[in-house]
Amino acid sequence: MSDGTDDARLSNVALAKRAYNIRRNALRMAAVQGQGYIGQALGVADVLAVSYFHALRYQPVDPQWEGRDRFLLSIGHYAIALYAALIEAGILPEDELETYGSDGSRLPMSGMAAYTPGMEITGGSLGHGLGIGVGMALGLKRKQSDARVFNLLSDGELGEGSTWEAAMEAAHHRLDNLIAIVDFNNQQADGPSTRMLSAEPVQDKWAAFGWYAQRVDGNDIPAVVAAFDAARNHTGDQPRVIICDTRMCKGVPFLETREVTHFVRVAPEEWDMALEALDAGRPQ
Amino acid sequence: MSAPQKKRLTTSAMIASIAEDGQETTPAPFGHALVALAQQRPEIVGLSADLSKYTDLHILAQAMPDRFYQMGMAEQVLMGAAAGLAREGFQPFATTYAVFASRRAYDFICLGIAEESLNVKIVCALPGLTTGYGPSHQATDDLAIFRAMPNLTIVDPCDAVDIEQAVPAIADHKGPVYMRLLRGNVPRVLHRYDYRFELGKAALLRDGADILFVSSGLMTMRVLAAAERMKAEGIADAGVLHVPTIKPLDTETITAALARPGRLVVTAENHSIVGGLGEAVAGAALERGVVPAGFRRIGLPDAFLDAGALPTLHDRYGLSVEAIVTQIKGWL
Repeated sequence: MSDGTDDARLSNVALAKRAYNIRRNALRMAAVQGQGYIGQALGVADVLAVSYFHALRYQPVDPQWEGRDRFLLSIGHYAIALYAALIEAGILPEDELETYGSDGSRLPMSGMAAYTPGMEITGGSLGHGLGIGVGMALGLKRKQSDARVFNLLSDGELGEGSTWEAAMEAAHHRLDNLIAIVDFNNQQADGPSTRMLSAEPVQDKWAAFGWYAQRVDGNDIPAVVAAFDAARNHTGDQPRVIICDTRMCKGVPFLETREVTHFVRVAPEEWDMALEALDAGRPQ
Repeated sequence: MSAPQKKRLTTSAMIASIAEDGQETTPAPFGHALVALAQQRPEIVGLSADLSKYTDLHILAQAMPDRFYQMGMAEQVLMGAAAGLAREGFQPFATTYAVFASRRAYDFICLGIAEESLNVKIVCALPGLTTGYGPSHQATDDLAIFRAMPNLTIVDPCDAVDIEQAVPAIADHKGPVYMRLLRGNVPRVLHRYDYRFELGKAALLRDGADILFVSSGLMTMRVLAAAERMKAEGIADAGVLHVPTIKPLDTETITAALARPGRLVVTAENHSIVGGLGEAVAGAALERGVVPAGFRRIGLPDAFLDAGALPTLHDRYGLSVEAIVTQIKGWL
């Protein structure tokens, strides 16, 4: 999907390095707890790298800067992934990752706005983020701001009816400043999402709801970059959605093949192995 | 020649008027108060889930269309979007029916709005038993549902005067508010008393030696009328303490009033006796060691209520002036 120029190639390598750092931050946090939603974090790291180092406008020293693009994490349990990205973006200090999930930490297991700089909303009760995003997108238009609202959802979250209320609302109000990102890893608490309550054909559904819908391999950085660019450059007055098919535990091969990956069990001695496995694939 | 027929009472409209025949009323006090305020405050916006005409928000929609968002029949995104607008610095007034806000959209108010104390005002018509449409529309449990929600202020105004004064007061309060709304031609009663709405304050409207009513919402006008009738008929001398803010409860004023010896205390609320004003008052009094000479609660039974004409239902379930007097006689 790269345009083939040297600049684009260099930028893709730089993004891959960012994604590697996000994965590494996440693994270090999960090791503190000895468990966690590391599978999701590893899977979505490429999407977050493109979000924070290609698409989003923000100022690391001022997470509340009025002109920022808003990034809403619906899926509170993905907090570990967002903290990893916020550390990489310089919004959170790196040494704080050692506090992840500990008493008094600013990095609780489930993401909450009041705890963490850069965490725009309290997620966790799935199906909330897109509706809040609708309100923020309406508010930004009312303020004549050109900032945009991004909302990271999961495929499982598409089972929540409120997500589709919000999808209808966004299209009805022509919210072209709202971009939904669906992390489609086909895994939820009880098993593969498509066998729990299938959202397929997911791209057709969003398109039918009036959205400019794209579906890409969420672990293919050039493809994700191209999708974000297309979402930005699309001229229709529609909300945009990018469905990103991602692989749980991406980057750590021995975890990728584990059967149950929603809440990964990792033996104490395996954390160092996981970091070594990640490092083995480190982008050059 | 047949006997003169008694007027047949019917359910009539969704929102039956609670005004008595000949009672002074004010049309759409919430809508007009909100427009007056919105003209001063550019941050105010109104949202409705396909019920603007039935929550008097159409007054805003007509006067200031660019300040109004029609969200359609979608209460979850109504509350979610209100949270988002509040995050962007606006002050949304979100309206629907009390049943839909409290039951359908609970999670979106709780986590989307209250958990972060966002500046959203939720204003809902058909509180308690104010429609004859049956349990689908009768919010007999809204106070019970909302009282346990942290950060949320709860207001239950009595009449048009209360509503007109409560609108700027809840707008001045920085944080989420749930206000029960009387809409349409709303009775005007409290201007006859030395009263001003103050958020978080109870107000003694009338003193009495034998009985103290502690009431909120439309029941305040009912117990005022009951107190007058009981006085005229020599049944009892009853005072009325109006409690328009259910949460936070003005425990100081309430317990001081309850501490006066020798009075039967009767709470009166347009709500189930479970989880509303009566329980809140009882808990506050007991906690402070205040035990009145007697304590009774007037409220709706713990049941799904019948459909029918509102006056019939208010008689049946004890909210009418007649029913209040009858209950009191039984307790004296």
